[in-house]
Amino acid sequence: MSKSNFTRRGVLRTGAVAGAGVALPTIFTSRASAFTNEPTGSTVKVGFNVPQTGPYADEGMDELRAQELAVQHINGEGDGGMLNTFSSKALDGTGILGKKLEFVTGDTQTKSDAARASAKSMIEKDGVLMINGGSSSGVAVAVQGLCQEAGIVFMAGLTHSNDTTGKDRKANGFRHFFNAYMSAAALAPVLAKAYGKDRRAYHLTADYTWGWTQQESVQAATEAMGWETVNNVLTPLASTDFSSYIAPVLNSGADVLVLNHYGGNMVNSLTQAVQFGLRDKQVNGKNFEIVVPLYSELMAEGAGESVRGVYGSMNWNWQLTDAGTQALVKSFGEKYGRPPSGSAQTCYVQTLLYADAVARAGSFNPCAVVEALEGFEFDGMGNGPTLYRAEDHQCFKDVLVMKGKETPTNQFDLLELVEITPRNQVEYPPNHPMFGGDEASLGSCNDGA
Amino acid sequence: MFGLDSKDTKLLIVVALLVILAPFILNPFPTDSALAQFNAGYPDLMQRFVIFGIFAIGFNILFGLTGYLSFGHAAFLGVGSYAAVWMFKLLSYNVIPAIALSVIVAALFSVLIGYISLRRSGIYFSILTLAFAQMSFALAYSVLSNPKFNLTNGETGLQVYPGDPQVLHHEGLPDVPHLFGIAMRDNFWEPVFGGWSFTFNNGYYLCAVLLIAVFYLSIRIFRSPFGMMLRAVKSNQQRMNYTGLNARPYTLAAFVISGMYAGLAGGLLAAMDPLAGAERMQWTASGEVVLMTILGGAGTLIGPVLGAGFIKYFENIFSKINDNVLHQWFSFMPDGMEDFMVFVLHPFIGKGWHLTLGLLFMLVVIFLPGGLVEGGQRIAALFRGGRKKRGGAEDGEHHPKPSPHVAE
Repeated sequence: MSKSNFTRRGVLRTGAVAGAGVALPTIFTSRASAFTNEPTGSTVKVGFNVPQTGPYADEGMDELRAQELAVQHINGEGDGGMLNTFSSKALDGTGILGKKLEFVTGDTQTKSDAARASAKSMIEKDGVLMINGGSSSGVAVAVQGLCQEAGIVFMAGLTHSNDTTGKDRKANGFRHFFNAYMSAAALAPVLAKAYGKDRRAYHLTADYTWGWTQQESVQAATEAMGWETVNNVLTPLASTDFSSYIAPVLNSGADVLVLNHYGGNMVNSLTQAVQFGLRDKQVNGKNFEIVVPLYSELMAEGAGESVRGVYGSMNWNWQLTDAGTQALVKSFGEKYGRPPSGSAQTCYVQTLLYADAVARAGSFNPCAVVEALEGFEFDGMGNGPTLYRAEDHQCFKDVLVMKGKETPTNQFDLLELVEITPRNQVEYPPNHPMFGGDEASLGSCNDGA
Repeated sequence: MFGLDSKDTKLLIVVALLVILAPFILNPFPTDSALAQFNAGYPDLMQRFVIFGIFAIGFNILFGLTGYLSFGHAAFLGVGSYAAVWMFKLLSYNVIPAIALSVIVAALFSVLIGYISLRRSGIYFSILTLAFAQMSFALAYSVLSNPKFNLTNGETGLQVYPGDPQVLHHEGLPDVPHLFGIAMRDNFWEPVFGGWSFTFNNGYYLCAVLLIAVFYLSIRIFRSPFGMMLRAVKSNQQRMNYTGLNARPYTLAAFVISGMYAGLAGGLLAAMDPLAGAERMQWTASGEVVLMTILGGAGTLIGPVLGAGFIKYFENIFSKINDNVLHQWFSFMPDGMEDFMVFVLHPFIGKGWHLTLGLLFMLVVIFLPGGLVEGGQRIAALFRGGRKKRGGAEDGEHHPKPSPHVAE
């Protein structure tokens, strides 16, 4: 040990002490803002946190397109899209409360960790007031929890698990997308009508939270119609080969196969089930059928011919004929040359809803925004009159039952609309046992102050 | 000082200064400038730099010294996180028991996996560790998260719910991870100097103190007779066996130590953000720490920390640059030029951050086989103007000649 070292350390120590002494008076002063990231300039920032890499990257990119479009419309660029049909007229195309809307983007990688890291950087570095987007329930629940802790508003993107607005509901989080319970409630009557009430179902379920809640919901809804559930087999998430799961289906005495899979999983399992010739078989004197409870355009595109004649449900589809849908499809189509996907519509609508809520509340304070959104009844955004329920922050609106088209005319025309299930058929009490029962609560709104 | 020679003391002091002054160093651009996009001095990313630095330092003790390439270290990180969140759920939000338990659990877990995996060396060892890690991932993702026995909460990640027992929690303590009442996510100082603003975060400084401590520990291990044994394992295990030394206890000890480092990193991750996701255990996460170590310079002391910072920087900064940002940067150009520049750069930003990182990784591996540390040495050598050949001899010691790994 040399003497010079000692001196260096001495200097350091003195420096540190002096620095701390200088800093001390300012150390406990907090910045005088009323809530997290209170906007001070002429612009206000929101964050679009979507999967740009990983299995749901396609969904994520489509969400991003829709969100950009929404920002343009809010700032008065483009043709205004759904702002023209939206029942609330608080937004006038000059940004929000006179401030121009800006956005930052991030990559969730469809991983809870990465999504939270990205969301945190948006909150801490970019100072966003709201985070929107995402393509997985796990990510939605994780980011929703983070936004609640940090005191900003979270608008979930594509998340279908009951938990998001069920046992994991949060005061600062909102979901426009429908959920597994609503899918099942909309599908079951249509299935009973098409396939009869005396059916035996076999479930293949992706082995994680979303898969379980969907399977639970579909089983309950179809059993209420008189169906019987023969078996429920959980398939590992990473599987790409489902043949060993499909082979036993035929000998089980079941005559319907329910595929509780999503994304690439669903594309593989459906394609393989069709290749096995399941749909040409006769069991119990009836045609064997396949059901995919949650559809998306991108999955239908991936599965190609296999989706023909297969029933499923959707939150929204570009083929709807109401004015709101047509306005969105027109401006989206003109900008990007393709119709928006269901999750894109959700993210677009959520961005407008947030902006509108701020405008109606007259404040960017998250708690004021939450209050403005709770119990908000609106129309003109597709799906007819819609309610943001105050008890669990879930949107209630009509649910679409879709069927794979037998003779598609172009690459976007793969699904046909079978039925629009009215909102009152898919409603449930906020303390429904599948949604956390009486224990689930939103907690109180957090503005980070 | 502290039993280190003067070079190592210097290194330790440099690292300590870098870590302590990071909020200044990482925010070189004024907040309102276009370059603020490249600022990394916000709490979450700084915490990640330091935590993954700890992870990589630990990994380097195994890989850098013994040459055993573990492809499953993320499992220990994940186990550490789960242990910490369980402590939050059961005891209280205090981070001390959480971090302690995460290190202990990771140690036990690594004894188990190490005992089995270390029966083989080379590629077989790598495959075994990879298999264990993927098993842990699958267990955490679905098997151990079924409604009847929910240990990990699967896809969503384990988090603290209001209904959890938290027996030691009481009124007045913050409802977020804290150190005896000091909330980890709060900032204790947010100075603004002119256009620059800086953030000093409680959690970051806890991580920073731990990083300096474990960095010191790793220097001691590198310089100890035990470290020498580990290097002997790397250079020629057979010869070591013939001289009558049993290498297995040494490698197992190194494996467990690096597992504990990973557990500490996992516990800290949970302490900064109380959520433990299964993806933390996935093979990509294990691969990432291998990349960090190689990128920075395997077998060097400071390399893994640099590598960790490098990768996390790209993941968090480049993935957030989008076309709009590019348009802003190039707005001074004529329209056609601007669009062209955006078009050229588009594949490398946003969703393309993997591509950028991959290219840089290739460049480093091809031109700087010793990692970023070698780059630093070459620059240092340039400045010294060939006064000393081959850069500072200091790292010649830290950096044993790249001998063939056991995996080769």
